[in-house]
Amino acid sequence: MRFKHSASVMALALLITPLAACGGDDSSGGGGADNPAFDEGVDSRGPITYVQGKDNTGVVAELIAKWNAEHPDEKVTVKEQTVDANQQHDDLVRNLQAENPDYDVMSVDLIWTAEFAAKGWLQPLEDLKLDGVLQSVTDSGNYNGTQYAAPQTSDGGMLYYRTDLVKTPPKTWDEMMGMCDIAEQNNIDCYAGQFAKYEGLTVNASEAINGAGGQIVDGSGKPTVDSPESITGLDQLVKAYEDGNIPKAGVTYKEEESRLSFQNGKLLFMRQWPYAYNLAQTEGSSKIKGKFDVAPLPGTDGVGASSLGGHNNAVSAFSDNKATAFDFVNWIMEEEQQRLYVTKGGNAPVLEALYTDPAFSKDYAYLPTLLESINNAVPRPITPFYPAVTKAITDNAYAAMRGEKSTEDAIKDMQAAMEAASDTQ
Amino acid sequence: MSSQSTSSAVALEEGTKEPKQRKRKRGAGDEDRELIDPHQARRAYMLIAPTIVLLAIVIGYPVLRAVWMSFQQDAQLDPQTGFFQEGGFAGFENYTHWLLQRCGDTACPVGTTAAGFWEVVWITVFFTIVTVSLELVLGFAFAMIMNGKYRGRGLVRASILIPWAIPTAVTAKLWYFIFATNGIANSLLNTDILWFSDKWAARTAIIVADVWKTTPFMALLILAGLQLISADIYEAAKVDGASAWQRFTSITLPLVKPALMVALLFRTLDVLRMYDLPAIMTGGGAGDGNDTTTLSILVVEEVRSAFNSAAALSTLTFLFVFLVAFVFIKFLGVNAVEGGTSGGRKR
Repeated sequence: MRFKHSASVMALALLITPLAACGGDDSSGGGGADNPAFDEGVDSRGPITYVQGKDNTGVVAELIAKWNAEHPDEKVTVKEQTVDANQQHDDLVRNLQAENPDYDVMSVDLIWTAEFAAKGWLQPLEDLKLDGVLQSVTDSGNYNGTQYAAPQTSDGGMLYYRTDLVKTPPKTWDEMMGMCDIAEQNNIDCYAGQFAKYEGLTVNASEAINGAGGQIVDGSGKPTVDSPESITGLDQLVKAYEDGNIPKAGVTYKEEESRLSFQNGKLLFMRQWPYAYNLAQTEGSSKIKGKFDVAPLPGTDGVGASSLGGHNNAVSAFSDNKATAFDFVNWIMEEEQQRLYVTKGGNAPVLEALYTDPAFSKDYAYLPTLLESINNAVPRPITPFYPAVTKAITDNAYAAMRGEKSTEDAIKDMQAAMEAASDTQ
Repeated sequence: MSSQSTSSAVALEEGTKEPKQRKRKRGAGDEDRELIDPHQARRAYMLIAPTIVLLAIVIGYPVLRAVWMSFQQDAQLDPQTGFFQEGGFAGFENYTHWLLQRCGDTACPVGTTAAGFWEVVWITVFFTIVTVSLELVLGFAFAMIMNGKYRGRGLVRASILIPWAIPTAVTAKLWYFIFATNGIANSLLNTDILWFSDKWAARTAIIVADVWKTTPFMALLILAGLQLISADIYEAAKVDGASAWQRFTSITLPLVKPALMVALLFRTLDVLRMYDLPAIMTGGGAGDGNDTTTLSILVVEEVRSAFNSAAALSTLTFLFVFLVAFVFIKFLGVNAVEGGTSGGRKR
């Protein structure tokens, strides 16, 4: 009995070991520019699946219905992910790593393009119809000279300010800090962005650093954040927090906390994405209807460098019907679809002409300011090691703001951590 | 008295069996094993074989694969092509990355996941010690309350158990709203504490939420131990003139110790691998940004950038928890059993 018992255990152990070994070589890495997956399915047509995060406005459902009516043989099915950006990223990684052919077109955040492209998971896109599309948005889908993602929607940060308390918006950071006494007189906070320890802090810290003339990574992805300009930039946030111009609770603010503070009239200046504009004008609980406006972000010597937001469409290298996918990706960039993104989705379009379209001037008055913001936008670091790079920036910027280390040390550690991430991975 | 006759009967049995069994080391179920029919045993193994196979696939394979992955290097970026290339065998590099904080040839700078490893271990141990101690004391108190005989006992028992019944994710969100800057906690205490940004406030918040959630579990296990103590012993002690405190320390505590140790072991292992509560409440942040990160949160964070390194970290976590369990069973568990339970079935 004892012998039989251990025999069956040994048999099971022998069963498992080859399983462990055989799963071994499918971890990241397709191989390179001659990745065989790139050639497969390029001319096939058929039904495809479009993957994106949660659709809060219903715009995707309407777009897909339109496409399906026009292309009954190449229907698109939507797969909706969660609302959390990190979970969306992890879901895409899992499916792409398993080379799942079910994911054909994916809505990718700009910061994931380099990572996915470097792992050989994205199909290079040729023959894209890019006339009229904003250049900075097109560039965001480019990695190493090849276009891996096509523009879908854009986004940029703007400065929201109270028109009843401030007549003209500040053009530089020092000007804005000088206006903080107005906030004090009215017993409200002066300035807030998104400074909690999450991706939003990378956005805000990058804007501060880029706005002062610093550069986080250079064109080839090498870390270059250690410079006097970066220190000046980050110092702006650090000093403002020290002086109380950024409220103490500011380090817990994500998008919603800062938006609610501004909407309840408790904040004079807010750095925020465009979605807050219509909410502040139309939401019942808003205390500032008609009492605010938007302006480009203030930099050190002039217009600041907003972080480029938005999403791009990428085609999976393992898709079976790539011809349909290419057509779909081009279709999204057409004017009719972009108009729907503005009216139904409240997103920023990628076609330059739509920003100054008279049809939008009443309900979307922020569009011209947003165009200026996007034209001056600097994308967040384009590097295949983005998760580690964003952690380096967030950890050190957060520590600097809370006064746990000096700004110089924070920038130096940021540089060292980014270099370590690019080497050891 | 009855227990003494049982133990002498056992001794007699063992005495007669001595010569036959001297050849083989004696294990726990030996007398039982001799009585089972070999055919029945074979059938038994076949019946549980599907379960074993399923467990091997669902538990055994991932654990072995993770260990195998931890000895592989993560994919390296080829600067010429711009694509990632397969990493090869890495030896113990992934482990030294965490334990010694080596990033290649240098020490890992602040802002990398490895730099905070020992801090995270300390935070996890801190949470374990504090929450388990608090739950022990409170759980014992609740168990004594639930053990009493009075009207409405069923209602009291049910209401004490409610926190344990709520899913952890819901509990975490509940306490997240309570401890928000403009939430109830600050209103009631008339303070303006940034519960999720200040280091110790965030840790306190997580400890409060965890103790609220799991004290019922401890109380249940301890209650099970309390109910095994027969009322006769208490009556005899009362007759002998023992005070309430003496009854507690000389009767209740020793007799409930086995159940208590089991509850302690479960809870300790649970907290050591805690992920959901701090992840949902603070995301591992607060203080310098990592002051409520537990080992499991660190693993999930690392998975986002480097699978094989994360596999090494999760193997290290597994070994750490295994070590703690081993210490419990070998040194604390054995003492508890022999230290004076009912009759003392000494072997």
